[in-house]
Formats: sequence, C-alpha cells, structure tokens
Amino acid sequence: MKIKQISLFAENKQGHIAAPVRLLSERGIDIRALVLAETQQYGILRMIVSDWQEAASILADAGFTIKVTEVLAVEVGDRPGGLAHVLSALDACQINIEYMYAFPRFRASSAILLFRFADPDAAIACLQAAGVNVLASEEILR
Amino acid sequence: MNAVLETNAADCHPASAPDYTPAEELRGLQLTRLKAAVERSWNHVRLFRERMDERGIAPADIRSLDDIARLPFTQKCDLRDTYPFGLFASPMKDVVRLHASSGTTGKPIVVAYTQQDVHVWTSAIVRCLAGCGLDRGDVIQVAYGYGLFTGGLGAHYGAESLGATVVPASGGHAERQIMLMKDFGVTAMCSTPTYFLHLIERAAEMGVDMKQLPLRAGVFGAEPWSESIRQYIQNASGVEAFDIYGLSEIIGPGVGCECRRHQGLHVLEDLFYPEIVEPATGTPLPDGEIGELVLTTLSKQAMPMIRYRTRDITAIVPGPCDCGRTIRRIERIGRRSDDMLIIRGVNVFPSQVETALLDVEGTLPHYQIVLTREHGLDQMEVAVEVTPQMFEDKIGALQELNQRLQSALDRVLGIRVRVTLAEAHSIERSEGKAKRVIDRRNS
Repeated sequence: MKIKQISLFAENKQGHIAAPVRLLSERGIDIRALVLAETQQYGILRMIVSDWQEAASILADAGFTIKVTEVLAVEVGDRPGGLAHVLSALDACQINIEYMYAFPRFRASSAILLFRFADPDAAIACLQAAGVNVLASEEILR
Repeated sequence: MNAVLETNAADCHPASAPDYTPAEELRGLQLTRLKAAVERSWNHVRLFRERMDERGIAPADIRSLDDIARLPFTQKCDLRDTYPFGLFASPMKDVVRLHASSGTTGKPIVVAYTQQDVHVWTSAIVRCLAGCGLDRGDVIQVAYGYGLFTGGLGAHYGAESLGATVVPASGGHAERQIMLMKDFGVTAMCSTPTYFLHLIERAAEMGVDMKQLPLRAGVFGAEPWSESIRQYIQNASGVEAFDIYGLSEIIGPGVGCECRRHQGLHVLEDLFYPEIVEPATGTPLPDGEIGELVLTTLSKQAMPMIRYRTRDITAIVPGPCDCGRTIRRIERIGRRSDDMLIIRGVNVFPSQVETALLDVEGTLPHYQIVLTREHGLDQMEVAVEVTPQMFEDKIGALQELNQRLQSALDRVLGIRVRVTLAEAHSIERSEGKAKRVIDRRNS
C-alpha cells in the first residue's frame, strides 16, 4: 500500500531542480508526480517515479542528497465532499497529515492524492475502515 | 582507547633509540648541539648575527639550556624578508634540496637541506612512524602532495627508510587513491586529516568499506585536527589515527608524533628543542602551561632556525609517557594563532566550528566559513553541506536542523552566526590542506 517517494535536497537557486530532473530523464526514468516544497534558501523536491530503486541509485551516485520515503496514494471521488470525507476520517482517528499533493492523470471520476503520515500503517487502517480506497504502487504506476 | 594499549614491542624499533635517551644525557646533548647551532648561525647568517649584536650577546654566552631565552626569536616574516636564500648557513654547493611553502600572501618561503639534513629528516620520520607501530612489511601510501611541499617527499623517504613498501600516490584523484589502498593492500596512510575525510566520503560513495581493507593506521598532519575528528575517522574507517607534527621552517613533518598511547606528541627534542612562550610577550612558560610553541633546530646545517615562533598554541606535557620514551610531549595542536579570526572583537578558531558540528550531528559535514562586512559590521556565515544522514523529508525538520546548528555554533563561538544549508558537493574539496575560511571583509 505504501508508495516509495524520492525526496531530494536542493538549494533554492536557478537550475538546481533542473539538474536532477534532466539526469533522470536521460536515464529513462519517468517522473509520474512531482512537488516542490521550498523556503527562501532551500527546498525539497518530492517525486514519484517509474522505478524508484533505479532513480535512487542514479541520484545518489551523482552525489545528490536524497531520501527514499513512503507516502500513501488515496483515491478521492472527483465530486464535492470527496476530499472532505477522507480528511474527516483522518481527523476522527486523530491522524495528522504531514503534507499532501496531487497525483496527476488518473480516472475521470476520481483523483489521487498523495499523503505523508508519521505512521502510514495507522493511516491505512483508518482510511480503509472508512471505506477509502488506498492504492498500491502497481495501480498508480501502471 | 584500551584496545591499542597492547605491547611496547612495536615501539622498540632500532631507529627509536634516541627516543629513550636518559634525561640527563639528553639535556647534555641538547646543550652541546644548541651551542653548535648558535655558533653556526652566528658565523653564517647575517640577520642572526645583527640581532645578537643588538642584544650584546655572543655564542659564548650560551652556557646552559636556560640561556636559550636570551637568544632572539626568528619569525616567519624573517624568511619572507630574506627571500630566497638569506637565512642559509651553507653555501649552495652543499645544499641538495630546496622546498618552498605556498605563499598565500606575496612570496613563498624557501627552506634548504644539506645531504646530512635530509638524512636527519628521514631518521626523524622513521622514528615517528615506528612510534605509530609501523615497520618493515607495512605498505604505506603517501597521499601528501609531492613537490615543493615538504609533506610528500618527507614522508616518502621516511617510510622507505623504515623499510616499508611505499605507494607514492601524492595528492588528488580520490578514486585512484581508494583503488590503490584496496588493490595494493595498503596498511597505513599518510595524508592531511582533511584529505582522509574526503577519502572516507568517496569510499562510501564508491561502495568500498574501509573497515574491510587491511588499512590499520593513519598518520595525519600538516593541519590542526580535533579529538572529535579522530573519533570520527577511527569509527568510520577502522584505522588507528596518529597526529604527526612538523613545519617546513623547522624541517617538514617529523618534528613530533604521537605514540600508541595517544597522550600527546613526542617532540624529537634531541633534534628540535621546544619551548613554550607567552604569545604576547615572548616570556618562556613552564611545562604544563599553554602558550606558543617555539622551536630551535639542534642539528640542522643548511638552514638552522633559532627560536622559531611557530604560531602553534600548545603546552609541553609534564611528566613521562607510559610508553617509556624520555623525550617530552606537546599537547595536540588545536589551533594556530595564525588561524584565529577576530570577528566583531571575538576570537574564533575554525576548529571550534568543527567541534560544534560534530557534537550536534555526530557526523562531520563539509563546511565553509564565509566572512563579510555589512554596514561596517563583521558577519559570519557557515555553509554546511547536508549529508544523507542529516537530511529529512520535511521542511520543518530542515529548519530545526538549521536552528540546531546555529545554536550550537552561537554557543561554542559566543557570537551570532548565520548557518546556511548547502547541497552535497557544493563546497570545494581540498586535495591538501582545507580551505575552510573565505574572508571577503576587505573586498
């Protein structure tokens, strides 16, 4: 259920995001989702890629500071109240969301959101109990 | 540290005999040699003779070792002012080698050796390496730069004369260094501590576990390094790390070195006479007190140095070492008065930054100090490379890291410091001595 995400440390300077992205594309790695969290001085580039093991070794070999982390991919109905239902379920379980972002290109009727939790297993149990679809990586990467 | 306290056997190398000279005999030898060194300088070095004349003293006035305090000091600027050959006491036909230090400001300084000086230097390094437990059968990789710098050739001749197999790798090409260490079964490494840290980092990136290599000793010198760095090096690489001390003006590496007790560096005082003086006044201080190390060469021919102000801050360790050597020890040199930065009136040593980083993170990231001046006020910024161990996938965690480093530095240095987090490999790596400080205050 847990999806491997690659987080990369980058200084907030021109061209610093381009270098790792270009490297991955040259090596045939497809970036499926990407989000940038930034401060004035530095940022974290978070990516879901077609082959996380390959991508992690390419980036580490090239000297980038990275961490492989785990996120959950949650299917959210593309209608009013879809996201509210997911958030209410988490709230009821008193589970805090560390961050979240959208995963593009999925079914027309629903969207995928990626969540990072301190305790992903507890979050999976909570969401499934509330009838929320937590997707496996094969489902979103195929 | 107990693991290394095994036996004295390795310390009993034949070359080490002078290390065990009975104290009384040693003092007698030093006095005889001091008189000869003063005589030689007086006869052949004009600057020295002029300074002796100004003080109204002559070589005959040196009757005891304590009389050394009557002699004038020699400073680094004296070498620059007399560049290139003004302090030589031998004619050029007797000089077999020249070395020079990279001059960061203006001219370099030049040092000279007669054939006998080279032999003495070599014997000094043999004694240092033997004290580290190295011997015939060891494979010693010398990763100091070969060339005008004294480190490479000094360590090379010493290791060869010890009977070890020398791998003269010189500096640079980290990947090749690691390949040589692995393929040639290198058992000991001679380099700057900074460069070895760089090799540890590269080896890890290459997937080479240094602990699995036959490498068991590292003899590190040419720059000050802290006890925390020693722990880090030993834990990360599995080598026993030794501190070796020297400076070109005196001879190069081999003025002093740790033995396996690691309780200070034995100064080869039958060759290099140590004094500690109060830095501001030049007044001699007793053993045990911290001050500036002053060295006098007792046997050097081509370029004798009388009371050379090293700018290194240390103390002579009182009492004998458990290893049985009679030659005295100095404490490890953590700082040079030359390295001291004065920031907003506060004295700061780059080594303090290192200690703070190691204490907070338990790892030693690459860092660089950048000094600037804004509105007439000194600003100190420390750029710290974020290692994978330090990196967390949360902005909040990075901000905490930043804050943690900043408070540690503020606390240790006593001034406000700005910490910036930098990408791995973004700070220039040194192949030799670390370039830790960029001072843009007057540019």
